[in-house]
Amino acid sequence: MIQEAGITEQGDLVVNLGPQHPSTHGVLHLVITLNGETIKKVEPHLGYIHRSIEKMCESLSYRQFIYVTSRMDYLSSHINNHGCALCVEKGLQIEIPPRAKVIRVLMDELTRLASHQLWWGAMAMDVGALTPFFHAFRERETINDIMEETCGARLTMNYMVPGGVMADLHPNFQKRVKEFINFFRGKLGEYDELVTGNVIFKSRMKGVGYLSPESAVSYGCTGPTARGSGVSCDIRKLYPYEVYGQLQFEEVTATGGDCFARYMVRMQEMRQSLSIIEQLIDNIPEGEFQAKTKAVLKLPKGEFYSRVETARGEFGVYIISEGGTTPYRIKFRSPGFSNLSALDHMARGHKLGDLVAIMGTLDLVIPDIDR
Amino acid sequence: MVKKITMLSIENITHSIDAWLNGTFNPTVALLLESLIVGLCVISLFALLGLVLVLMERKVSAYMQIRLGPNRVGPGGTLQTVADTLKLAMKEGLTPDGADKFLFNLAPFLVIVVAMMILAPVAFAKGTQIWDINIGVLYISAVSSLSVIGILMAGWASNNKYSLLGAMRSGAQIVSYELSAGLSVISIVVLTGSLRISDIIASQQDGWWLFKGHIPAIISFIIFIIAVTAETNRAPFDLAEAESELTAGFHTEYSGMKFALFFLAEYVNIFIVCAIAATLFLGGWMPLHIGRWEGFNRMMDYIPSSLWFTGKTFFLIFLIMWFRWTFPRLRIDQLLNLEWKYLLPISMVNLLLMTLVAIKGWYF
Repeated sequence: MIQEAGITEQGDLVVNLGPQHPSTHGVLHLVITLNGETIKKVEPHLGYIHRSIEKMCESLSYRQFIYVTSRMDYLSSHINNHGCALCVEKGLQIEIPPRAKVIRVLMDELTRLASHQLWWGAMAMDVGALTPFFHAFRERETINDIMEETCGARLTMNYMVPGGVMADLHPNFQKRVKEFINFFRGKLGEYDELVTGNVIFKSRMKGVGYLSPESAVSYGCTGPTARGSGVSCDIRKLYPYEVYGQLQFEEVTATGGDCFARYMVRMQEMRQSLSIIEQLIDNIPEGEFQAKTKAVLKLPKGEFYSRVETARGEFGVYIISEGGTTPYRIKFRSPGFSNLSALDHMARGHKLGDLVAIMGTLDLVIPDIDR
Repeated sequence: MVKKITMLSIENITHSIDAWLNGTFNPTVALLLESLIVGLCVISLFALLGLVLVLMERKVSAYMQIRLGPNRVGPGGTLQTVADTLKLAMKEGLTPDGADKFLFNLAPFLVIVVAMMILAPVAFAKGTQIWDINIGVLYISAVSSLSVIGILMAGWASNNKYSLLGAMRSGAQIVSYELSAGLSVISIVVLTGSLRISDIIASQQDGWWLFKGHIPAIISFIIFIIAVTAETNRAPFDLAEAESELTAGFHTEYSGMKFALFFLAEYVNIFIVCAIAATLFLGGWMPLHIGRWEGFNRMMDYIPSSLWFTGKTFFLIFLIMWFRWTFPRLRIDQLLNLEWKYLLPISMVNLLLMTLVAIKGWYF
């Protein structure tokens, strides 16, 4: 029973963190029960930017609905589009040309890098260091420029279509990506110097927000959040799609289960993404970038599911088709929602400042949670 | 040439004003007028410091964050702070519903008055000091601890949970770190044997205490800088207003000029603590003198004492700004651990060492 003054019967303070708060990175609303500075309970309240995307998709054709998904997890719009395109292709049973496969993987990994860069800046800002944010944005800007050249957009790319990609790569693409890889490898070292090695940062992250492998699985956590607890859950490795099966890369896991482990997983993933891009950038096969498809797509009656690994975890698309031009029902499995559900478990008993750090390592994107 | 420089020094100006006032009016009126002039000087110094330091902070942070910083208003953005102040002055000063109106409105003034009071014994240049009280250092320590009352008042009266949490943190933090700051100050007092600011500066005639006092002086200087960074609520110790946790901490509910007063007090406090650090460890207005190098010492004397003081103070201010834009923030328990488990024992042992140095006369 919460009294008017926001104090529970046990004398605990109830604080509303959000919906407008600098560290929720959006309109997440957390109702926190505090005993002094110590957190007793965290209750996320959702729905502030619910746009009923799943319902909207039901009235859009199989070509159109993909564009809406760019607006869900706006930091990995390529990968969302990818997941939807994969599901439609599964239903239509079309094989996409090898060039399109490689382009898709390249774009996915660039998106993952951009997303992790932004996360790194925001993470440092959450624990009080403001400068890394600007450094992260400088690097992200380069990726956005590369994307803009090829896709024409910087945030909601809408580049993946059923059957391949919308347009061919820009002639400058390979050159600029290679430049970026060299540039960013150096910057990753700087990242480590500025933040990872910092004593204060380490003390803020180590031993905070422990998530055991069992609870990571039971809360349905995926992506770096689960891999930080040692759970192997990389879709790229476990259920390879496109050309991931033929690539040399490691699934990064850590055993700590704390904030620092999750942080290190993401830092290592950036290096893995760089190596994936390096393997592919000189080996883009020639040929078509899009398979021939009918003008109006109709999925056969049935249920289709596909999943991809976004920067935040497993993104699933579930389509039920009645045989028409629009899906009967669409369900998205977004990684952010499940990851957020573990927040209360992780934050209990920690200080208020830790909550912000834990939220930072979950890398929450609110439109992904609310949809 | 030498005569001309000394003629223009601030000391001579103040002395001639004092002589003229005392010659023209009777002593009581002269003292009153002098107090008035000093008050006006302090207020204009505050305004000037606010303008300069806020701009400096923005430029320093921009430089560290690959940005340009303010560059539109005035040449090179120099008038940006003036524009911001005008904006704040014209804004409505909201008082939230349910706030304790009296305390809410009193708090910013208390904070700013405390900041003004600490300025009294600070020596800005040779012979330029508002009040050379014989317990100068003690006075500074005593008055600076009053500012926590204003912060607690603001946090409590706002009727806001973030403010309350910020004030609670701030109270714990300032009270703890005062101990280390005080002990570091005492270690210099042990060396000089006087609490008077002018005596402390005079004792650094042949070298600054940072260099003369061996390792104990260096340790106490470092501890002092850490402690005053915490006392002024600056990052990495800005827990009282940790914006990623508490939005704006104790001054969340303040707007308009009342917010501006808090903001101003923060920057003036930085100036003051840096001025004190410069006075105690870097010789205040005293030029860089090295033992018996007469030629070198005389050359250093040509640089005006006010410039020495400003240079040292602003160097330390830059250092504190550098901290802010580099380090992440500590957590409240880590912050208190750092003070009670590390800094306080170290400064206690350091004080003993310093006493030994002073008794044995091991300093230069």
